[in-house]
Amino acid sequence: MDSAKAQAGPKFTASENVKHFFVSNAVPIIFLGLSAAAIPLSGFSAGYLVQEMLTRLARNSFLVLSLLIPIMAGMGLNFGMVLGAMAGQIGLILVTDWSVVGIPGMILAAIISMPIAALLGLICGKLLNMAKGREMVTSYILGFFINGVYQFVVLYLFGVNGILSLPFTDKPLRIPITNPQLVLSRGYGIRNAINLTGIRRVLDNALPASLRFDFGSGPFTINIPIGTFILIGLFCFFIIWFRRTKLGQDMRAVGQDMAIADSAGIAVERTRVLAIVISTVLAAFGQIIFLQNIGTMNTYNSHEQTGMFSIAALLIGGATVSKASIANVFIGVTLFHLMFVVSPMAGKELIGQAQLGEYFRVFVSYGIIAVSLVLHAWKRMQERERARRGLRGEG
Amino acid sequence: MPDMEPLLRVEAVGKEFFGNRVLEEVNFSLAPGEVLGLVGENGAGKSTLMNILFGMPVIQQTGGYEGKILVGGKEARFQSPFDAIDAGIGMVHQEFSLLPGFTVTENILLNRESTRYNFLVEVFGERISTLDRRAMRKRADDAISMLGFSIDPDTVASEMPVGHKQFTEIAREIDRKNTKILILDEPTAVLTESEAEILIQSLRNLAGRGISLIFISHRLQEVMDLCDKIVVLRDGRVVKEAKPAGTTVFQVASWMVGRNVETRGESRRQRAETEAALEVERLWVDMPGETVRNVSFSVQKGEIFGIGGLAGQGKLGIANGIMGLYQAGGNVSVTGAKLALNAPDVSLSRNMAFVSEDRRGVGLLLDEPIDWNIAFTAMQVQDKFVKKLLGGLIKWRDDAAMRDTALDYIERLEIRCTGPKQRAVELSGGNQQKVCLAKAFVVAPEILFVSEPTRGIDVGAKKLVLDTIQRVNEEFGTTIIITSSELEELRSVCDRIAIVDNGRISGIRPAGCPAEEFGVLMMGESPVAVSDTVGGNE
Repeated sequence: MDSAKAQAGPKFTASENVKHFFVSNAVPIIFLGLSAAAIPLSGFSAGYLVQEMLTRLARNSFLVLSLLIPIMAGMGLNFGMVLGAMAGQIGLILVTDWSVVGIPGMILAAIISMPIAALLGLICGKLLNMAKGREMVTSYILGFFINGVYQFVVLYLFGVNGILSLPFTDKPLRIPITNPQLVLSRGYGIRNAINLTGIRRVLDNALPASLRFDFGSGPFTINIPIGTFILIGLFCFFIIWFRRTKLGQDMRAVGQDMAIADSAGIAVERTRVLAIVISTVLAAFGQIIFLQNIGTMNTYNSHEQTGMFSIAALLIGGATVSKASIANVFIGVTLFHLMFVVSPMAGKELIGQAQLGEYFRVFVSYGIIAVSLVLHAWKRMQERERARRGLRGEG
Repeated sequence: MPDMEPLLRVEAVGKEFFGNRVLEEVNFSLAPGEVLGLVGENGAGKSTLMNILFGMPVIQQTGGYEGKILVGGKEARFQSPFDAIDAGIGMVHQEFSLLPGFTVTENILLNRESTRYNFLVEVFGERISTLDRRAMRKRADDAISMLGFSIDPDTVASEMPVGHKQFTEIAREIDRKNTKILILDEPTAVLTESEAEILIQSLRNLAGRGISLIFISHRLQEVMDLCDKIVVLRDGRVVKEAKPAGTTVFQVASWMVGRNVETRGESRRQRAETEAALEVERLWVDMPGETVRNVSFSVQKGEIFGIGGLAGQGKLGIANGIMGLYQAGGNVSVTGAKLALNAPDVSLSRNMAFVSEDRRGVGLLLDEPIDWNIAFTAMQVQDKFVKKLLGGLIKWRDDAAMRDTALDYIERLEIRCTGPKQRAVELSGGNQQKVCLAKAFVVAPEILFVSEPTRGIDVGAKKLVLDTIQRVNEEFGTTIIITSSELEELRSVCDRIAIVDNGRISGIRPAGCPAEEFGVLMMGESPVAVSDTVGGNE
């Protein structure tokens, strides 16, 4: 061991470089391997899987992209994006009640959700400034708290007739929602399942495109939601452009070292708040795009899964809590949803239990976050080891 | 230029910290393009004076200062460093403040980037304007070339050698167009000799362009070479203002400590052969930047053994490896019995102690008081300062004993502090080092490793530290292994000195050997390779 270690110079051999490639991309490679094993087991056709992946890329990418800016500002994975998702849902409830349909309905929902998301982002950002270095867990718990506020608003303030009244008056305290399909039969509170028929797939089908393929196993058609992809493309350009602005540069500086950024005169706290506000507003838009694709909204659950699934997808794409790129987003969404689609079927084929599906999904996504965080720590250790070996002079 | 208004004038400045007077009646002035050397022991008040000049918040928080500071003839009372910067004062701190993931250009222009207008600025304000990379690069190039040095402006800071980092820091201050006064706090402390020379030359260039410099350094020779004027601080007062011409380094040193620093005689005690206290065979240590590759030596009981060599050659790795702080391998025997490596608790329980070169990181619990620091290792390893109840079932901390021991060491080592309850972080470098020594002495070690005992501390404290180490050796027969970059220091206290070069011992000589012989050993067989590794192996 002695001589072998001593002879390792700062130049790395080919095998060491290969190893380093595997170590630094361990997370995506593991999931690629798992999917490769599960696809044949699941028995899905290639056409089906390609269609599923395209749909899910369109559905989820925007949400996942909204996570990038806080990572740039050194605030880790923004579990607070569920706040934005809630704002988006409030916008959707209102436009559904007002029967504004189609693209205008989506735009109106976005406009309504924007100030709500900005306000929630502001609160979240201010709180995270008090919990520097513990942003992830703080925003995670804050998500639960704001969820309570959201439930109060949606369950008690929305409705035909409110049960609460303004203090010292007889005037009812309520936000009028009149559509009986939305309101619970008791007169206030929103139903759990909302049918978003007015805006279902309007963006996906705005510019319809379909391709026909025939690989010998019978012809099949793949629909491409071009409208959504154009929006996602614009978002990508926004992020690239944003990195080149003064504000983006300041966020990178704050992300690397708050003390140094502060001593250079950068308003650290304000910059961090802005990063969270931008992320939260974008998450609200993302949730609206997500739900227009799904077509139905689970008033009390849709947003809860959003944060976890988006973060799991980003991590699988090879991102870490401190570094994430646009490529990580697309690789991650593809790999995560590939697993998502094939694993229940694969599990069923293996064990023969159909109910395993839902269990498997939740298990997989929680497991992925845990594994990714552990692998991230392990990777950092490996990198330190590698850096250390680089420091040895020639034997 | 006696009738010209000086750029900076400090008049009767004084400062008290918690009833402790640290500055009193400080007066000096600085003309445009003048280089002022500020020297003084640690704790003499240099840092406080600089904090006042640079408007550091700590001064305001502790009640401000007395006297006046005039910049360009107008009185200035800075509330924050930004006020000082606006008034044209720049400061290069001892610790680097570069962002590791940013390039040289981005670091130099941090928060002063060149930007281009776009229409969104009207809605969202200035911060949404885009960066003008080309203009930024040009400004960075200009600032670097003004220093007379060349660095690739696209290098990422984390991949640069320390020397380049220092130049980047200075370039950042130069890029501010209004910088008229530049304060440099120990800018050469982390540099190799050749890098320091280039830096001194660059600073001369700057002064030639009319920028005034305040240069703080422990390397007196540099101060003598560079400065037009030397101001000596002692115990918070200016004791001497002198021109380097006609002054010797020894004179300056004696003004600093207030007594004559005598050069130690070459006479050394004769030692009888005794048994070996420490035997090291084929030791390797994986310490970043100080890799030890293959080292064998043995130290006799009661000996003071020196380990010297150039920076980055591995001399610091030896003690760290034996004490289990970095991955190590090979055979190490303590008083004849084999030592298990990579386990600091085993090394400590074998009655060895270590005064680390990394005072703030390894040596001290910065946020804890002096008495806790001194007692900590002894308490953990030897159950000292512990009161046992119920036959040892419950252990209490013995605060009274800790306090007494701390007071004893504060007196013996002349630790300047407000008392045993002052936190270690508030002490100056020299006094922190004394606390580290006290911590090691308390465990009454048989073998004591001391690394860089005088790095970054002043002449007076240096002498005290070295005297203390020698006294402990004589009184208790402690075997001491000193690692130091300063050969003269080793020659004055050690019995034998090993020189480490490229991770190996290139020779062990009695301390009485002429200095040139050690110099040859440091250079190894190929002096070219040595200078290469020092510069670019980071």
